[in-house]
Amino acid sequence: MEKILQMKGITKRFGNIIANDKIDFGLNKGEIHGLLGENGAGKTTLMNILYGLYTPDEGEIYIDGTRVKIRSPNDAIELGISMVHQSFKLIQSHTVVENVALGLRDTSFFYPHKQIEKKIKVFSERYNFRIDPNALIWQLSAGEKQRVEIIKAFCRKARIFILDEPTTMLTPSEAKDLFRLLKLLKGEGISIILITHKLDEVMEVCDRITILSGGKRIDTVDVSNVDKDKLARMMFGQNMVLKERQEYSINFYEDVVLEVRNLTVLNDKGLPAVKDVSFDIHRGEILGLAGVSGNGQRELIEAITGLRKVTRGSIKILDEDVTNIGTKGILNRGVAHIPEERMRMGIVPSMSLEENVILRNYDRAPFSNSLLLDYGIISEYAKGIISKYRISALNEKVPAGTLSGGNIQKLILARELSISPVLIIASHPTQGLDVRSTQQIHELLLKKKEEGCAILLVSEDLQEIMDLSDRIAVMFNGTIRGIIDIDRANIEKIGSLMVGV
Amino acid sequence: MNFIIEVLKATIPAGTPLLLGALGEIYVERSGILNLGVEGMMIMGAISAFSMTNITGNVWLGVLISIIIGGGMALIHAFNSITLKANQTLSGLALTMLGLGLSGLIGKGYIGVPLSGKLHNLPVYGFKDIPIIGPIFFDQDPLVYISYVLTLIFWFFLFNTRFGIELRSVGESPDVADSAGINVAKIQYLATFIGGMMAGLGGAYLSVVYAPAWIEGMTAGMGWIVLAITIFSLWRPERAILGSYFFGCIRVLQYRLQPLGISPNLLNMLPFIFTILVLMLAAREISRKRISSPSSLGIPYFREKTL
Amino acid sequence: MLEKYRNLGLSFLVVILGLFGIYLVSGISPYIMLKSIIISAFGSIYGLSETLTKSIPLMLCGLGLSLSFRSSIWNIGAEGQLLMGAIGATWIALYVMPNAPKLILIPMMFIVGAICGGIWALIPAILKVKFNLNEIIVSLMLNYIAIEFVNYLIYGPWKSPYEWGFPYSTKFPISAQLPRILDTRIHYPTLILALVLAIFIYIILYKSKLGYEIRVIGDNIDAARYAGLDIRKIIILVLILSGGLAGLAGVGEVAGIHHRLRVASGISSGYGYTAVIVAWLGRLNPFLIVFVSFLFGGLLVGGDAIQVSLGLPGATINFINGLILIFVLVQSFSKIRLYSTKKGAER
Repeated sequence: MEKILQMKGITKRFGNIIANDKIDFGLNKGEIHGLLGENGAGKTTLMNILYGLYTPDEGEIYIDGTRVKIRSPNDAIELGISMVHQSFKLIQSHTVVENVALGLRDTSFFYPHKQIEKKIKVFSERYNFRIDPNALIWQLSAGEKQRVEIIKAFCRKARIFILDEPTTMLTPSEAKDLFRLLKLLKGEGISIILITHKLDEVMEVCDRITILSGGKRIDTVDVSNVDKDKLARMMFGQNMVLKERQEYSINFYEDVVLEVRNLTVLNDKGLPAVKDVSFDIHRGEILGLAGVSGNGQRELIEAITGLRKVTRGSIKILDEDVTNIGTKGILNRGVAHIPEERMRMGIVPSMSLEENVILRNYDRAPFSNSLLLDYGIISEYAKGIISKYRISALNEKVPAGTLSGGNIQKLILARELSISPVLIIASHPTQGLDVRSTQQIHELLLKKKEEGCAILLVSEDLQEIMDLSDRIAVMFNGTIRGIIDIDRANIEKIGSLMVGV
Repeated sequence: MNFIIEVLKATIPAGTPLLLGALGEIYVERSGILNLGVEGMMIMGAISAFSMTNITGNVWLGVLISIIIGGGMALIHAFNSITLKANQTLSGLALTMLGLGLSGLIGKGYIGVPLSGKLHNLPVYGFKDIPIIGPIFFDQDPLVYISYVLTLIFWFFLFNTRFGIELRSVGESPDVADSAGINVAKIQYLATFIGGMMAGLGGAYLSVVYAPAWIEGMTAGMGWIVLAITIFSLWRPERAILGSYFFGCIRVLQYRLQPLGISPNLLNMLPFIFTILVLMLAAREISRKRISSPSSLGIPYFREKTL
Repeated sequence: MLEKYRNLGLSFLVVILGLFGIYLVSGISPYIMLKSIIISAFGSIYGLSETLTKSIPLMLCGLGLSLSFRSSIWNIGAEGQLLMGAIGATWIALYVMPNAPKLILIPMMFIVGAICGGIWALIPAILKVKFNLNEIIVSLMLNYIAIEFVNYLIYGPWKSPYEWGFPYSTKFPISAQLPRILDTRIHYPTLILALVLAIFIYIILYKSKLGYEIRVIGDNIDAARYAGLDIRKIIILVLILSGGLAGLAGVGEVAGIHHRLRVASGISSGYGYTAVIVAWLGRLNPFLIVFVSFLFGGLLVGGDAIQVSLGLPGATINFINGLILIFVLVQSFSKIRLYSTKKGAER
């Protein structure tokens, strides 16, 4: 077999986290190679290195046997490497043609549209799928957008296609179409790397599979030599043994804290993102909300926390209807919110730590009277928070933006938990944090559960969900596909619900 | 009828400096840069064209120098906002102050001086005899015809060339353009430069053709009206015609209505009141059609390449 | 660190190039020009008194703008808000209660002037909140409208029959004229008002709930939304306060200096625009703004002086203002970058 690409001993560190640890990876000409692993296994980092978005700390890359240095996506494109990102690199308000034309240097200066349209036509006839070249991107479905990305790669005459979790946003039939197309491309000698964590996919479409776990390469296998069970063991194996939870039993009170009924919420484009969703969370319960991101979790959270308007249905907190009463009203009823994008939403970076600590209750006693804030009390309070939650900061006057990610998250958590919440909405609370911070945050959440808080935990990290939840709700395509008690849950079952099977 | 034709005929030259400025600013904003310094670049264009014309006696040399000066001033803004990634609003305001100040300094000796060159009307044979249209559009000076051609060119390049696609992409999502291998800074510099040249040209038209005279602060808010027209045009060159001639018409009416005994001060308010009304109109259309300003307008682009 | 020095170097380069530009254009040595500005503004008791006089409207406008800029609302309309304040004061003094005693008339003039300025700033606020209109353009347009309105009044309905055809309003009654320090033009009630307001604004910004909200909105509007702040209400309130302060400046000018309404360019020599620079150079800090106002008051006095002594046009000061603004701008950008890279690191 002719090796088109070889990556040898690739190591990449982010701070003290090793995202890739001496990974070897080889790609044959005309194969579909699955890169398998759970979230955080290091798949995307490895491919971002290949695409020139990151520079590796160690290791070498060979293409057609010659050593290359890839410093930018431009270098990668020159070498015939194209990447279809999970979040599409498309300009929403432009047409398909314009998106394809961008970055194609060999089209004519005048009327590039005509040439590209022709190319798209050739492509769609050859591979038998339809796309309107003059449609605007935002009008397209996820599957169509992905086709645009593939056309872009094709028009650049790429020899290596990298697809990052390509079926995440696709319907089953769209996924089928994609696989058919990939097989056709493979037949023409194009090599394809498929980044995924879905076992069915790799079994269906791949020739070989490289399994990553915890930043290390576990093995590279021929698909004919393995089955799903074996792959799953390689993917999750070590982790599962390492962090076995003591008791998988449901453990909460009967009274309902949050009651969501037939909730429908629109996304920014005005399309339904949450469709007819109903569930309850009880006192002392952690409900894990699993799902691949982009399936309506964000909109659901925003609706519950009052940031987004509810179109239909109702939300009740402790039997009181709080539908569309706004952020402040929700907050006043004891709902803590640990937001997903903590830098964008969770803190005010140029303001001091102490001022950030009171962001959600600055307008209440003892921090303020009807007009003025009492900085003496605020400082004392912030000092208490800093020591209690072990936030490492010089003092309470430093700008919050200068703290590290873990400390910012602890700050947000401290602030949210200090309002003595009855309900905590925790959205990806440990994303991007180191092991120590993650553990501290888990302990805090479990302690609050003991105290009787109801907690909605949204996470892409299945391990986290399994470790903490009493029940697990799986969200797919705007609906809840099932709510499973933890004693009957396993990764495979949840995984299959997550992809809508 | 004759009155209407006369007003419309006068409307074109009155709207031309606005049109020229707006065409340029459309390109600037399409690339994601907000240049509030149009007023400053225009007035610098006006004084440089006026002085050059007076020194050389050649209007076209005046026009040329105004383009260079306008472009040069825009480069200051480009450097501030693209290279230094400084606050674009403040930089634009600074440019306006610089322009108003420097033009006053340079122009001190030119107040009340007659212009030594002149641009005569040049009726277009064959077209000028078309009823109504002919006398309005085709009995004008050469710079007006150039403004027609430039509108066409600006429209054509924006929507029918690779450059246009790249320009619009940079303004919509610089990160996508960057990952497609487009040099974001280069495009933005170029667009800002073009915008400055056009503002300079607009200013030149004002001082050597429309007035023709040098009056300190003669742009009198036209630069800001250009910015409003840019929004009203929804960042499309062909729509800038509508906005520019609308404000041109108001300017003409301002003078035509004076003999009726309306206070000139109240009439002088008209363009500014209409600017606000036009902005409200545009806001309604923008929300109805779900279009928006170039998404990255005014936001410096940082390539976030490494973690 | 290196970047910081580079910017400092760059800033000075800007200023040197700019001054060289003045030399090229006017043939007057920048050294002589600067010297004559400094001497005329700070070199004599008279100069200092004039400087202080001119710093009063800059303080008031700058303080108002600092509130607005702090919440990331770009009110560029202080000039118009000042003029509306002047109109309001004139209206009270000449038409509403000309016979009222001083102790009632003067406070009423200040109150109504502030209300007029506030209403003028309310227009861009409402248009922004309701229709999402760009407040920069709207507030600027309102400056031009206010200028024309003042001129309309004094050429038209408010034109005094006793001024030999000059475009002046009738002179204010004595009870509507502010007292001054000795034979200077320092109308000290306004000065004291400005200084008290500086403390007041400081307390608002750094000690009060409203100030806290203003700073949250200005720095991170998403966090403001998340925290449940009533953003629209705060934007409107901020702009009313901002315009109100500029309105007070207008009252001070007509009641303290001119004692009548006159052409707009006579009431304000671009105080509203200069105040934009004052606010930024004062880093939006009320006390720094008071200090910077004094410097810029001097620059305005010096600007008038070089018009007479060196024959430079009044616009020269505009040019110097522009240079200073670029100077400020180049200095401040590294701070913006700091947080942006932080955000990048978080992803």
